Parts: sequence; C-alpha cells; structure tokens
Amino acid sequence: MIELNKENFEEEVLKAEGYVLVDFWGPTCEPCKALMPHVEAYAEKYGDKIKFTSLDITKARRLAISQKVLGLPVIAIYKDGERIDAVVADEATPASVEELIKKYY
Amino acid sequence: MVYDLVIIGAGPAGLAAGLYASRARLNTLIIEKESEGGQIKTTDEVANYPGSIRDASGPTLIERMVEQVDEFGAKRVLDEILEVDFSGKIKVLKGTKEEYKAKAVVIATGAVPRPIGCPGEKELTGRGVSYCATCDAAFFEDLEVYVVGGGDSAVEEAIYLTKFARKVTIIHRRDELRAAKSIQEKAFNNEKIEFMWDSVVTELKGDGILESMVVKNVKTGEEREIFADEDDGTFGVFVFIGFNPATKLFEGIIEMENGYIKTDEDMRTNIPGVFAAGDNRVKSLRQVVTATADGAIAAVQAEKYINDNFED
Repeated sequence: MIELNKENFEEEVLKAEGYVLVDFWGPTCEPCKALMPHVEAYAEKYGDKIKFTSLDITKARRLAISQKVLGLPVIAIYKDGERIDAVVADEATPASVEELIKKYY
Repeated sequence: MVYDLVIIGAGPAGLAAGLYASRARLNTLIIEKESEGGQIKTTDEVANYPGSIRDASGPTLIERMVEQVDEFGAKRVLDEILEVDFSGKIKVLKGTKEEYKAKAVVIATGAVPRPIGCPGEKELTGRGVSYCATCDAAFFEDLEVYVVGGGDSAVEEAIYLTKFARKVTIIHRRDELRAAKSIQEKAFNNEKIEFMWDSVVTELKGDGILESMVVKNVKTGEEREIFADEDDGTFGVFVFIGFNPATKLFEGIIEMENGYIKTDEDMRTNIPGVFAAGDNRVKSLRQVVTATADGAIAAVQAEKYINDNFED
C-alpha cells in the first residue's frame, strides 16, 4: 500500500487514472487499526486492478477535511480523481470493505 | 463439529465468558464481527475497572483480556452471524463464512451508540457528526466542538476533546449532569468547557460536511440555528446519549424488554442453553465490570447446563 501525505496525495489520488482506494486512518483510531490488516490483505488480493493507498489524517488534517473526511475510519474509492464511493465509521467492517472493493474490481 | 460453547461477541462480556469456559475445559469458540473489544476499545481512559489504574486505556485492557483468553485455549474467529436456530438441542448459528453448532450459546453482542435521530444526522456521520472521540478528535484541532449528552461518557469524552478543540460545549437536555460527581468537577474546572442546558439538537445541516445545527430549548421551546465559524467552515458534534442493544438478530426468538434480552440472575434467557451477558441484557448498570461479571456467570452456568443435559 502506498503511504499518502500532503505532498503526494494529488499525484497518487486526484491525478491518478483508474481506481484508487484510500484508507483514511489515524493512530488513536482503534477501529481503523483493527481494519488495517484486512485492507492490507485486500491489497494483496485486489491490488492488480485497484491502487491501494492510506492516509494518516493527523499528518494531513486539512487535506482530509478538503476530501470531506471528518470522521474515521473512511475507506473511499476514487475513480480518475473523483471520490465515487465510501464506507464510513461504523459501517466500515472487513466484510463491507471487501464488498465495496468488489463493486469496482 | 459441535462446540461445547459458542460466544457471540468479543467485548469484555464475551472475553470473560471465553476465559471462564476455556479454563473449565469447554471446547469454546468466540465469534466477533469487527474486532475484539467492543465499545470499550474506543475509550481513552478506563479508571473505574478495579485493578486497572496504570496504562488503563480501553485498548490495553482488551489486549490483556484477549491474551488471557488465548492462553487458556478458547478459539476466536472473525465472522458475522446472520441467522440463529435455537429450536433444537444443538444450537445452530449461520455466519457469513461458516455454520457453527454448539451445545450452549452465550450472546454477548453488546450495544451500539444511540443516534440523536434528527434530520441530517445519518448523512453527516463521519462528516462532522461522530460517536467516537478517540477516532475523530484529531480532526477538530483548534475547531469548535459540541458534545451531546450528560452522562459519564459524554462528560469524560468532552474533557478528552478539550485536548484538541478550541472550545467544547456540552449540550444537555436537563439542567444538571448525570455523570459521576468526580467527573463533573473536572468538567466544571475545565476552562475550555461550556454548557448549554435544557437543550436538544433537532437538526444537523451541511453540504458534504457539517455546517450548522438547530438547537431547541426544551423549557421555552425556542429554536435557534448555530453556524460554524466562518474561518473554520465546520465544527464537530459528538453524540453520547446512551446505547441501543445489538439484539436485532434475536427478535421474536428470545424474550426481550425494550430491545434488551431478559435473563435471570444466572444469565439464562427463556431458551434453555442460551445465555446473555453484558450490555445487551436488561440490567441497571452497564460497565466493563458488570459485563465481565455477566460473562463469568454465563460461562459457569453454561458448563452446568452442558453437564446436566449432554452425556459424554
């Protein structure tokens, strides 16, 4: 998975062609940390068609807010730089994330 | 295969049941749908669980509980139960991955945060409306935050949020807090915390992110709209007004009261061999300490039930 930051977000997500998954997380967000190994496993499984990335929001808070992310965890799908789908907060479970991925795989 | 005991949920109640059951050498399986820990996992400080003083956050407490359960050999899987059949002597639980069979079942599914139930809330969850301070506090550094509720959780989380937010306002429907006195004192002494008494949130508004909310004074009936500071563009609303039991799966199957599972003092439900433990049952105090106690009792009673009803 590609680690995102303020510098590379535009390049890796907003200017990227095709599907990009962004795992918005934070170090104090326990549900995010519990979800992370599953997302990493999905990256192995589905990484050939979808680019998997993650953003630690504490390092890029304004950037996250600009993406309308104000609560964690958020697993979002971007297509050609546009956010087209996401699972948010309580809805984000290993099963719902895989379902989300499969919709665009 | 048929397990002796299957436990649904790996929060404090489920983990305690797993510990007692596996120590009693029951062939035990704990099924969790998200991650171990349940609600307490998102709590920054657990100061009222006896013995947990140092380094007592929700995650560290759960980590130790899981370690203890694993040590005694309870099996744990990640799966979501979609359907249960408790009609036979062997209980059947259908998950997304597998079907599980057991001689006895402990339901420790816990509870989930209760929403306000006002327009805009669902759309703006994760976009300014939150039910988890440790998850989302970092977004609101130097912004304004409102906390809805007046119990222990609301006031404790409000105090936690002052580490990040510029100002924290507690919106409470009564004119006094329900939280423990020691917690109230901390809040009253905190310069960043303000109070909006006799008030409820009736609407949350925003295009993509939370931009304003309507607050109603329950005594005067007066409604007013609070807007985000122009420079900020947004603010946070953290909701801690209690919980709803996670018992939908058992509706029409097990006897309940207002959505909570009814048990006797030995955690027995109305179905022989099916026990309930923790926040999902009818009780007066929902805390980690009562959840673990429930779990222990349920496991011991499950063992007794199995010995009385199954040979070999």
